[in-house]
Amino acid sequence: MRMVRVGAGLPLLLLAVAGFFLFPEYLTLFTSLFILSVFALSYDLLQGHAGVVSLGHAVFFGTGAYTTAILARHGLAEPVLGLLAALVVSALLALVLTRIVVVGNDLTRLLVTLGVGFLMFEAANQARDLTGGADGLSDFTMGPVLGLFRFDFAGETAFFYSLAVLVLVYFFLWRLAASPFGLALRGIRENVRRMPAIGAPVRRHLATAYTISGGIAGLAGALLAQTSNFASLDMLGFERSAEVMMMATLGGTGSIPGVVLGATGLGYLKDALSAMSPKYWQLGIGIVLMLSVFVLRGGIAGAATALIRRLRERA
Amino acid sequence: MPLLEVERLTAGYGEAVVLEEMSLSVDDGEGLAVLGRNGVGKTTLMLAIMGHARRLSGSLRWQGTEIGGTPAYQRARMGLGWVPQERDIFPSLTVEENLLVAGRPGAFGLKDAYDLFPRLKERRRNMGDKLSGGEQQMLAICRTLMTNPRLLLLDEPFEGLAPVIVEELEATLRRLRAEKGFATVIVEQHAEDALALSDRAIVLDRGKIVLEGRSADLLADFAQVRRWIAV
Repeated sequence: MRMVRVGAGLPLLLLAVAGFFLFPEYLTLFTSLFILSVFALSYDLLQGHAGVVSLGHAVFFGTGAYTTAILARHGLAEPVLGLLAALVVSALLALVLTRIVVVGNDLTRLLVTLGVGFLMFEAANQARDLTGGADGLSDFTMGPVLGLFRFDFAGETAFFYSLAVLVLVYFFLWRLAASPFGLALRGIRENVRRMPAIGAPVRRHLATAYTISGGIAGLAGALLAQTSNFASLDMLGFERSAEVMMMATLGGTGSIPGVVLGATGLGYLKDALSAMSPKYWQLGIGIVLMLSVFVLRGGIAGAATALIRRLRERA
Repeated sequence: MPLLEVERLTAGYGEAVVLEEMSLSVDDGEGLAVLGRNGVGKTTLMLAIMGHARRLSGSLRWQGTEIGGTPAYQRARMGLGWVPQERDIFPSLTVEENLLVAGRPGAFGLKDAYDLFPRLKERRRNMGDKLSGGEQQMLAICRTLMTNPRLLLLDEPFEGLAPVIVEELEATLRRLRAEKGFATVIVEQHAEDALALSDRAIVLDRGKIVLEGRSADLLADFAQVRRWIAV
């Protein structure tokens, strides 16, 4: 996977900027794809790097969304501050939850994260005063980004604002993956028994990864709430948790550019299919997912790496 | 004060007792060979020292400090370096990443690893699963050295390797001990190799020490060792 990992970020960024000029009427869609990418990247730090699965990652996404929405209702309308607050609150929540999530094996982790997800969903549903319950929160207005760039109707500010966050997160995770800590996470995924023998505190590493991952998921949620001016229960629901797992897997879990492609690919597909057939779009998604498992071994990134290797061998 | 002191250690897995009331010590810079047939507790002794087997009673002291209840990762950080029998190279990390993941500040770094085994430098971009058995063993040893240990525990380092490679590894281990003053504990089926690499030896049978002596003496009178290790 190494070949794809190095240097795929710049072409992706150029593609995104080209999209701004080529398809100016689709800026809102692009923005949502960037946000999905941030969310998928946050999740893949767990699944792809540390090998820790979760079916409740939307809890942090939703927490980030509500955090900035609630703060905006109370007067903190500057988006970047809202993002930072969402990052901190979601990361703290992840840190608190890490004790019950990180222990055990994959199966228990799936059940525990699923359970936490349902609990948080119900809690948010009950706390109507804070979250607006089933109606969600929409009675807030975000101020201009950094006091300079107002969110416009065409979505240009939202586009660049989300893209900037995606680029920062991408770069951060890319550096993190190559750091000794990132290597240790991959070591934990591959041979957790071996790690203590080289002096690596497995639990502490996993707790750190979980906290970072939760914080970034919160960023993504806050971005969505700010750019859509809405925070709702589905943002921390099970479907969103399952979706992020699909995106990471489709893109190629463990590969940062792959996960971005997976998130944008699945996000776009969902949008296109639901426009084509509002009734049966899930059928299309289901078929694509199943095909991807059989055809794309290791997701988009895995298939790309295999293709590059084959071309090189032939050359 | 000995570097490592094991006193009346009883250890095993779950309820099963493998080692019974074992006592031994290793001084700084000293080489100890642990000999014996399959299944007499040699690997369990290593696992117990590193904190991976269950200690039922007895004590383990590292430079005078009790470490019987210390988590495994902290023992590694204190200077106990273990090269497991399975080698356990991370398959999707490159050779270099396999080394860096274990890196801890100290005298031994990436450059030293490549000086020790130039072959690893040639292979540094190879994935961990694209290595020969000998290269894997070189990598496993260097990865442990990257943690800058004072005591090196080697579990059957020559198992399954071609004689040429075994000779190369033996020469390297001898040089490491002479130049850097590592203490080593080496577990081996090939008793002669282990005796040649150590100052002192113990022979285990059924979880107990049945023979103990200077390696040179045991080599000179090998018949008494053979009694305990012949299959």
